[in-house]
Amino acid sequence: MAAEKFSNPVVRWVDHRLPIFSMLDHEKYDYPVPKNLNYFWNFGVLAGMALVIMIVTGIVLAMNYTAHVDHAFSSVERIMRDVNHGWLIRYIHMNTASFFFIVVYIHIFRGLYYGSYKAPRELLWMLGVVIFLLMMATAFMGYVLPWGQMSFWGATVITNLFSAIPFVGESIVTFLWGGFSVDNPTLNRFFSLHYLMPFVIAGVVVLHIIALHRFGSNNPIGIDAKGPQDTISFHPYYTIKDMVGVAMFLLLLAVAVFFFPNAMGHPDNYIPANPMQTPAHIVPEWYFLPFYAILRAVPDKLGGVLLMFAAIFVLFVLPWLDRSPVRSARFRPMFRIFFWLLFIDCIALGYLGGKPAEGIYVLLSRIATGWYFLHFLVLLPMLSIFETTKPLPKSISEPVLATAKGVA
Amino acid sequence: MANTNSKPGASDTDVRDPGRRDFIVVATYAMGAVGAAAVTWPLIDQMNPAADTLALASTEVDVSKIAEGQAITVTWRGKPVFIRHRTGDEIARANAIDSAELRHPEEDEIRVQKPELLVVVGVCTHLGCVPLGQKTGEVKGEYDGWFCPCHGSHYDTSGRIRKGPAPTNLEVPPYSFLSDSVIRIG
Amino acid sequence: MRRVLIAAAVACLAAVGLSTPVLAAGAGSVKLQAGEWSFAGPFGYFDKGAMQRGFQVYREVCAGCHGMEYIAFRNLADLGYNEAEIKAIAAEYEVMDGPDDEGEMFMRPARPADLMPTPYRNDNEARANNNGALPPDLSLIAKARANGADYLYSLILGYDEAPADVEVPDGMYYNSAYSGNLIAMPQPIYGDDVEYTDGAPSTPEGLASDLTHFLMWAAEPKMEIRKRIGVAAVFFLSIFLIMSYLAKRRVWAEIH
Repeated sequence: MAAEKFSNPVVRWVDHRLPIFSMLDHEKYDYPVPKNLNYFWNFGVLAGMALVIMIVTGIVLAMNYTAHVDHAFSSVERIMRDVNHGWLIRYIHMNTASFFFIVVYIHIFRGLYYGSYKAPRELLWMLGVVIFLLMMATAFMGYVLPWGQMSFWGATVITNLFSAIPFVGESIVTFLWGGFSVDNPTLNRFFSLHYLMPFVIAGVVVLHIIALHRFGSNNPIGIDAKGPQDTISFHPYYTIKDMVGVAMFLLLLAVAVFFFPNAMGHPDNYIPANPMQTPAHIVPEWYFLPFYAILRAVPDKLGGVLLMFAAIFVLFVLPWLDRSPVRSARFRPMFRIFFWLLFIDCIALGYLGGKPAEGIYVLLSRIATGWYFLHFLVLLPMLSIFETTKPLPKSISEPVLATAKGVA
Repeated sequence: MANTNSKPGASDTDVRDPGRRDFIVVATYAMGAVGAAAVTWPLIDQMNPAADTLALASTEVDVSKIAEGQAITVTWRGKPVFIRHRTGDEIARANAIDSAELRHPEEDEIRVQKPELLVVVGVCTHLGCVPLGQKTGEVKGEYDGWFCPCHGSHYDTSGRIRKGPAPTNLEVPPYSFLSDSVIRIG
Repeated sequence: MRRVLIAAAVACLAAVGLSTPVLAAGAGSVKLQAGEWSFAGPFGYFDKGAMQRGFQVYREVCAGCHGMEYIAFRNLADLGYNEAEIKAIAAEYEVMDGPDDEGEMFMRPARPADLMPTPYRNDNEARANNNGALPPDLSLIAKARANGADYLYSLILGYDEAPADVEVPDGMYYNSAYSGNLIAMPQPIYGDDVEYTDGAPSTPEGLASDLTHFLMWAAEPKMEIRKRIGVAAVFFLSIFLIMSYLAKRRVWAEIH
């Protein structure tokens, strides 16, 4: 059946031997997608697009960058001043990094709201958390490469997290640095790994998509598609709907790149790295701020580090913490309230992470950190037991016809 | 065929793909394609020489210290440039031949600004090796100019290809005399 | 529901946006005055006259202590100088070249492709000549400080009598725009420090504004082309967004 699908003889010839066109065709037309997905389901595609932009601009930047402590900063300046369109390519790379995190955070919160982590999509969710971890590692190492003040001190502080490990901590940090401080060997290995990691991410993305296609997308109602009346083909419906999202994404990205290119960066990173002088206010990139707040909330070095990593690892076990059989928050009135409280809590953590660790901010950081873990470790398991959920509709098509609210 | 479209009789492309022929849909996809194509240009153009590279495109050389019969090599745009102070005999030999017979016919006088000073880019026109013949004692080839060791091209005292695989004469870079003793290449 | 989520997303972005300037504010009471900049806004441009005057201020007032190591003489074309003028400016400076045939380094007049020479060979020499304080390189200063343009403008004009409760140690000066209010740089501009070649009045505000203009260009020389392309890109993408939304509506017309 495969070969007759195509009228073009070349396509038919190739497809008979290498069925890539059949595969594409399958994804485009045969893969059933719930018909009621809202625009929050755009963010997976947007994240994939951000990854592609990062890889393409990154490869091009690597052609002009020099990974050496004496030349890194000036090679970046050369990109900004002399390389043809170098300023454009670097600003796209810088800002897309931030946009990548914005998109992925929205993607994660969408998953939390609509219960996309629940059976049978636990592995899909966990692979997503793996991607998130890899992204953070990649972003951290990428930020070191321009070798500005924030690069250097960010690298110093974050690698020093590992010194909290008892007994072997110091040796591990020396190993990570390849010396006794952040220096040329560190920069070289970070460049190498920064180049490698995106391809690892791309590999895990493939697994993420394979896992997605096993049971298909979740949807705003959170019940499974019951038959063909509940689904539509990906193309042309979701290709064109994703196109709207892509256009919006690119428009906002263009505004950032062309008019506020340094708004999400830190001015200190335009000062060359100086190992003898730490900037007065050292903060990580904005997307790490919630975790940074958790780190600083604990007065104990090891405790802070463990708690920070725990904040991410708690997401791995989320499918087993929230045992409610109802996926979507639409039918979980209590869960919905707590979802928004968690959302506010995360924003608060991000805000507090950017504040100096003194006075009222320390107390607020502790409260916000406590609430974060309370939500996942106590509230969600309790809700699964005590919450009264609203009745679920019989099928996807039923409420779609009744209320066109969830669909654009 | 597993068609998931719920419309009955959905078999031909237009039904499977509604809007496929609509102006607005086609125009949207076309616009996306144009945008994507426009973005590729900066990504390609960044490989062209950067502004600082282009700014270093000229070199000044003091040629007064080159003794007759000697040659020096200077760097211009990252490539060697051969500057040879030719002897009367070498000039005579370069002019003795009827240039029309050569593979790349060029009179000696159009290749020099002053007959005693020959300036050529020291890159073999075959595949880019640097020919021998600059230092005393080096092989200068059968025509007493330069000899490329990579694939055996022989150049004469005017830097013209006489034997071997190279297709054209050694290139004469653009240069001018700033004074009697200083030339600027590029 | 959807509106709530969108509002939340916007709030999230706003929180991120707000937290950045908050971080930047340092200790001590810092007062910034806002200048009026032709380079501000989406249609911003660099004023060539202001940049040329600013370059003159830099040369005559700042260059004794502050280098601009990423600026080459050829870059001055952006200020409106032609090739001959740039050659003449470059020739006023000496740069080190070499080694020559004897292996010695030597000084020669600068050429357009050369970077502007810095006043000190290295940071140690700079500190030794400035009571231990390091005069920062100025090529990126307008981007290396929060609110770069306003900050520089305010800093240059921020010298003042110290309030009674502030003790100013020897070799330090009171400055209302500087973090901590004590700065090692003596007041650079008093008015009439420079006799402008174009006859513009040499007021402290004018000098500070011109210098800031020049430094902003030095830090972000591609700003004009960036904003020009930006306007076109945003226009193109807005049309694209509208079109894809209409196309989406057309394709989905039969679904609901």
